[in-house]
Amino acid sequence: MPRRTDLRSILLLGSGPIVIGQAAEFDYSGTQAVKALKEEGYRVVLVNSNPATIMTDPELAERTYIEPVTPDWVRKVIERERPDALLPTMGGQTALNVAMALARDGTLERFGVELIGANARAIQMAEDRAEFAVAMRRIGLDTPLGRTVGTVAEALAAAADTGFPSIIRPSFTLGGTGGGVAYNRAEFEELVERALELSPVHTTLIERSVLGWKEFELEVMRDRRDNVVIVCSIENLDPMGVHTGDSITVAPAMTLTDREYQKMRDAAIAIIREIGVEAGGCNIQFAVNPADGELLVIEMNPRVSRSSALASKATGFPIARIGTKLAVGYTLDELPNDITKTTPASFEPVLDYVVVKVPRFAFEKFPTADYRLTTQMKSVGEAMAIGRTFKEAFQKGLRALEAGRPGWVVGATLADDRLTSDSPEDLRVALRTPTPERIFQVKRALLAGLDVDAVAQASGIDPWFLYQLDELVEAERWYAGVPEVGAADLRRMKRMGFSDYQLAQLRGTTEEAVRRRRWDLGVHPAYKTVDTCAGEFPSSTPYLYSSYDEENESDPTGERGVVILGSGPNRIGQGVEFDYCCVRAGLAFRELGLKTIMINSNPETVSTDFDISDKLYFEPLTFEDVIEIVRWERPKGVVVQLGGQTPLRLTKPLEAAGIPILGTTPDAIDIAEDRERFEALARRLGVNQPANGTARSVEEAVKVAERIGFPVLIRPSYVLGGRAMEIVYDAGSLREFFERAARVAPEHPVLIDRFLEDAFEADVDAIADGRRCVIGGVMQHIEDAGVHSGDSACVLPPYLIGDREVEEMRRYTKAFAEALGVVGLINVQYAIKDGVVYVLEVNPRASRTVPFVSKATGYPLAQLAAHVMVGRTLDELGLPDDLPLPGVAVKEAVFPFSKLPGVDSILGPEMRSTGEAMGIADSFGMAFAKAQIAADGSLPLEGAILVTVNDSDKPTVAPIVRRFHELGFRIVATEGTQKYLRARGIPAERVQKVHEGRPNATDLIVSGQVHLLINTPLGKFTQADDYAIRRSALMHRVPYTTTMSAASAACDAIIALRSRTGSVRSLQEWHERTTVESQAPEPANVPPNGEPRPVRA
Amino acid sequence: MLLEDGAWFPGTAPLPFEPAYAEVVFTTNLSGYQEVFTDPSYLGQLVVMTAPMIGNYGINPEDIESDRPRVAGVVVRELSLKPSNWRATGGLLDWLAAAKVPIVADVDTRQLTRHIRSKGAMRGVVAIGQGPTDEIRAALAASPSMDGLDLASAATIAREYIEGPKDARHHVVAYDFGMKRNILRLFAQNRCRVTVVPADTPAARVRELKPDGLFLSNGPGDPAAVGYAVDTIRELADGSLPIFGICLGHQLLGLALGGETVKLPYGHRGGNHPVRDLQTGQVLITSQNHGFAVRGDTGGVRGAKALEVTHLNLNDGTVEGVRHREAPIFAVQYHPEASPGPHDAQGHFQQFLQALDSQ
Repeated sequence: MPRRTDLRSILLLGSGPIVIGQAAEFDYSGTQAVKALKEEGYRVVLVNSNPATIMTDPELAERTYIEPVTPDWVRKVIERERPDALLPTMGGQTALNVAMALARDGTLERFGVELIGANARAIQMAEDRAEFAVAMRRIGLDTPLGRTVGTVAEALAAAADTGFPSIIRPSFTLGGTGGGVAYNRAEFEELVERALELSPVHTTLIERSVLGWKEFELEVMRDRRDNVVIVCSIENLDPMGVHTGDSITVAPAMTLTDREYQKMRDAAIAIIREIGVEAGGCNIQFAVNPADGELLVIEMNPRVSRSSALASKATGFPIARIGTKLAVGYTLDELPNDITKTTPASFEPVLDYVVVKVPRFAFEKFPTADYRLTTQMKSVGEAMAIGRTFKEAFQKGLRALEAGRPGWVVGATLADDRLTSDSPEDLRVALRTPTPERIFQVKRALLAGLDVDAVAQASGIDPWFLYQLDELVEAERWYAGVPEVGAADLRRMKRMGFSDYQLAQLRGTTEEAVRRRRWDLGVHPAYKTVDTCAGEFPSSTPYLYSSYDEENESDPTGERGVVILGSGPNRIGQGVEFDYCCVRAGLAFRELGLKTIMINSNPETVSTDFDISDKLYFEPLTFEDVIEIVRWERPKGVVVQLGGQTPLRLTKPLEAAGIPILGTTPDAIDIAEDRERFEALARRLGVNQPANGTARSVEEAVKVAERIGFPVLIRPSYVLGGRAMEIVYDAGSLREFFERAARVAPEHPVLIDRFLEDAFEADVDAIADGRRCVIGGVMQHIEDAGVHSGDSACVLPPYLIGDREVEEMRRYTKAFAEALGVVGLINVQYAIKDGVVYVLEVNPRASRTVPFVSKATGYPLAQLAAHVMVGRTLDELGLPDDLPLPGVAVKEAVFPFSKLPGVDSILGPEMRSTGEAMGIADSFGMAFAKAQIAADGSLPLEGAILVTVNDSDKPTVAPIVRRFHELGFRIVATEGTQKYLRARGIPAERVQKVHEGRPNATDLIVSGQVHLLINTPLGKFTQADDYAIRRSALMHRVPYTTTMSAASAACDAIIALRSRTGSVRSLQEWHERTTVESQAPEPANVPPNGEPRPVRA
Repeated sequence: MLLEDGAWFPGTAPLPFEPAYAEVVFTTNLSGYQEVFTDPSYLGQLVVMTAPMIGNYGINPEDIESDRPRVAGVVVRELSLKPSNWRATGGLLDWLAAAKVPIVADVDTRQLTRHIRSKGAMRGVVAIGQGPTDEIRAALAASPSMDGLDLASAATIAREYIEGPKDARHHVVAYDFGMKRNILRLFAQNRCRVTVVPADTPAARVRELKPDGLFLSNGPGDPAAVGYAVDTIRELADGSLPIFGICLGHQLLGLALGGETVKLPYGHRGGNHPVRDLQTGQVLITSQNHGFAVRGDTGGVRGAKALEVTHLNLNDGTVEGVRHREAPIFAVQYHPEASPGPHDAQGHFQQFLQALDSQ
């Protein structure tokens, strides 16, 4: 059955901004889908609000809509584009939910749009847990006894059957949002209430707990002819009870006999048939009772997923690509295996290596969050490692995580491993609770003499894994006692994945010494190919991993090779935007006839798709792993400026090893990073900096702060597990900060900057070729200074900064680029206060905003940077001095607060957002509205707003509230705010604060009487009050804003949404507009206050 | 591990053993090592496991395809010494040692596999020492080649026996050329009583047993070397009895009806081979273990006009199944009994049963 010829135009939905549970993997799958559809000659229409993705590059789809992935906005695209079909399975739960909403409300039928890949019936059956359980019973399979409930009372009745612990899984939420494990009735009621609230259909499943059972996943594909293949089996090291996204997982399954595996395989095939996924892939999770092998089906996702991305990378079988081809009519046997090119896709990959995926968490950014791992996903990224054995892959995976552990090593202190004692008894207790540190607690337990059985019993981890880990412990003991380390000894340890650093630690020497010795002895890794078939067939695709094995299958590339260092696991502050830059540059190098060699460890990404580069090394981004590859490949040079901090911190050691760095020189990077050298440069160029100083003791810190004046921004180099950056207002808080959160010592200096209160901040992205510098964009932050640039919404072009200041920033940026000899990208951050422009920092590398600017202007900055890095000039590339802007573009940050119980949603200098959404429109208000909707789903057009702000914000909030009042909103405020507003003639009703009794502000929120919350922190004594209000808004999905500028922008957005219906326009059309008219951007809308408003600086 | 072309692959021996000489083959099964090692079709072969971690779930008394390990030796990348599985009754190493089957670990099995893939299956030896000695080389050169080797005679049983329920729906005579136990399990599940007979049982004895159908089992070695069985099958394949063959049984049937068999460069061994059912167009993921194949293509089996080809391998186009154009006689090259491997093809047992029913 070849491809369908009755379809011409296909709509593809992306997954929107990166959030916990829905990350870069959907850029990977979406990008594969677009490419696969294009290859077949279909016209692809794409909707995704996330600008940091490759899939939204305008070259890719025919029509790229950067619009909110919500039913309303996608409907507008459908009306405009009239696609023949909608492929809903590539954009995660978001896309699936939107597709289902459009199917239910008749939109698809009205416009004659067919769902392909998975039909509405199949999606419904897989997603509705009750229907799913019934379907499973029909085919003789068991699920954990479960019942779907819509009220707390029903839930309690269900719990009578399941007993405690009981599992709560809200229907139709992604990443298990709102789910959890309840051990008692009180916890149960709380979790159920939240689950009902968060579920879009307000139901949740109550399940029998299978805590401690083994967890497995199978990735399954089926075509129209009912051919089914299992692409990959994945075994979770952490037993059931921990979300698979938060588990350490291993592929292929390690502890199943063939009998057990085939039983699972048969079940998977029966499931995909029963659910009726007709042409595509799905992920099925199973639990296995370790005591008797009982098999339960946990759930099925009728779409590509994080696990399918992992499985694709783990096996070399591109699930999203093949799934797309199946959706348009092909059968598996008609499609080639893209790796071997000689065998068909209708087979099951076999692995001759072991893959380990390790989750990356961000609890250091959320010290108050509940760090216990449950069925709700909390990790923000992951690293994958490939080795020939479990031990090798496991240790590589841990070091690939870049979380300060060079392998499986215990923390420097007990606290690092979230322990207060390492007595066997306490360890045994700690091991019962899954946490990000548990795997290190396991090591402490084994070191402390607990045996495998004891650890297995406490942790529920299968003894097989623990035996493997115990072998590592034994090997360490042995190695520490070897009289003189020879080649065979080193090889033995390296084959178990030990890094040079670990080996150095074991014998009290240095990493450099170990490496020198190793190199002298000729002990190097060999590179093996991921070929889907365990060597059974020849394979031409160079998808490689290292192992200390015999045969090296990689031929050095030499002078034509360019190594691009990727950005490793996603984390807050370093996400998909850097992967975007790496991929764009990699493609550019290939266009220039060079060979792109990509190194990365993140399985979610496009950069680790084997057909993006000429060679892919799936390796950790540590110096050791990188230098081995570079040493073998002997490339023209290495690109460090595109992958964020990860590759940047390798610059110096690579340079010291004599490796050519492409683009901006390591010295220039050092000037920008080194406080003193940078200060000298700024002085020489005549650019203001906020007053600042460095302190090496608490007393010195106080002195510096008093000299430069409070408030100050502190950036310690050593953090006690709390926030890295903080703004303090007086000497007392400064001292307290050192007691609570950070250490200062001669070897741990602290940077102190004058904090410019109420300043505007701006980011400038530019590209330079060593001579000329072109400004990509000047972005104004919507939030005031003090909110991390990655967490602030921003707008391009600036809307409240004067032309003179904008011009000044452009000039300074060019001066910095010239002075640093930047070849490639540069990003400069500024603050503007009282008409003075201050430089905050200069980053001679790709910034987080590069993809945003590229999408807004139509100029692919990262690609252009690749060109200049290999010697082309901006003139040759035909870059104008001013990149034209066709409209107003707003970027909004997206936060993980709802996934992390216990976290306050107030913004600060520490970045905490996981992703971003973009809105582009003709006016600021509409662009902001689109970005808001894309980021969080809604803005009220009418109703009530609750205002409760601190004294210093009252003057600013009054005119904003007045506008809301004029728009017809009801105003509710707490006492102080209410009095202030009333005194200025704004009718506001009073509501009690939480501690004042009931009903109070949170009651209003919980009962749905508030539609927008404007809240700024009220000060120390009401912190708990404040927090309760924000938290309840968050959990009850009430839009909220914690800064005045965002409140004002929200007002603009609401006006825009009310005055006309938002229209949608594709990026291609926006960019065409620039090239045709080539005019200056339309000025942004009126100042947000609607009344003449002084620039606040 | 030393190959006859001189290639040498170092490894470690967890326990001492005597040198073992045999044909070296690799299998890509991810799980099911115990089934592989006990499968009589691997008789006389040194088996390289491409899956790198072997021994993880230990061994148990159920997952066996004959009463003991049959392989000449085992080569792995890493051997798990401590197993974990609720059914495990012991570790792989002890079990192999008890059967005096050598195992070599820490070998670059991928390199070895790639070598065999590009150079073809060949003889090899596993032995203990710092490197190959002249003595070992000479012994290797003198060891028998798989071509023309009749191993079925060695793998078969000494005396016929009966298995299966008294109230069986059908009575089947099964030629045991090295039969896997799961075949009997599946016949039993399908309520068949099976009389298992040695490879050299004459046709007259089979007729005497008055079976409803005849089964030709899997087994090791070169089919062309089992001439006596080919003659017997030719006699029995006159259309009076439904016949079902698997693997070696498939090859012998092909030979009996006039076809030829060829040695494949490095065989098919694993659990992921795609096979197309030419009638339905569907693809089955099959368990395979064979070094020889019946010659033919979509047009039919060369020399055997009575046979049509029903199944083809999608990787290399080799014949995977044949059927008699008139009589209820069919056979497949792969292993519908799986064990180890996927169950996609188990329907062939029902197919045979239907043939018996319609007799």
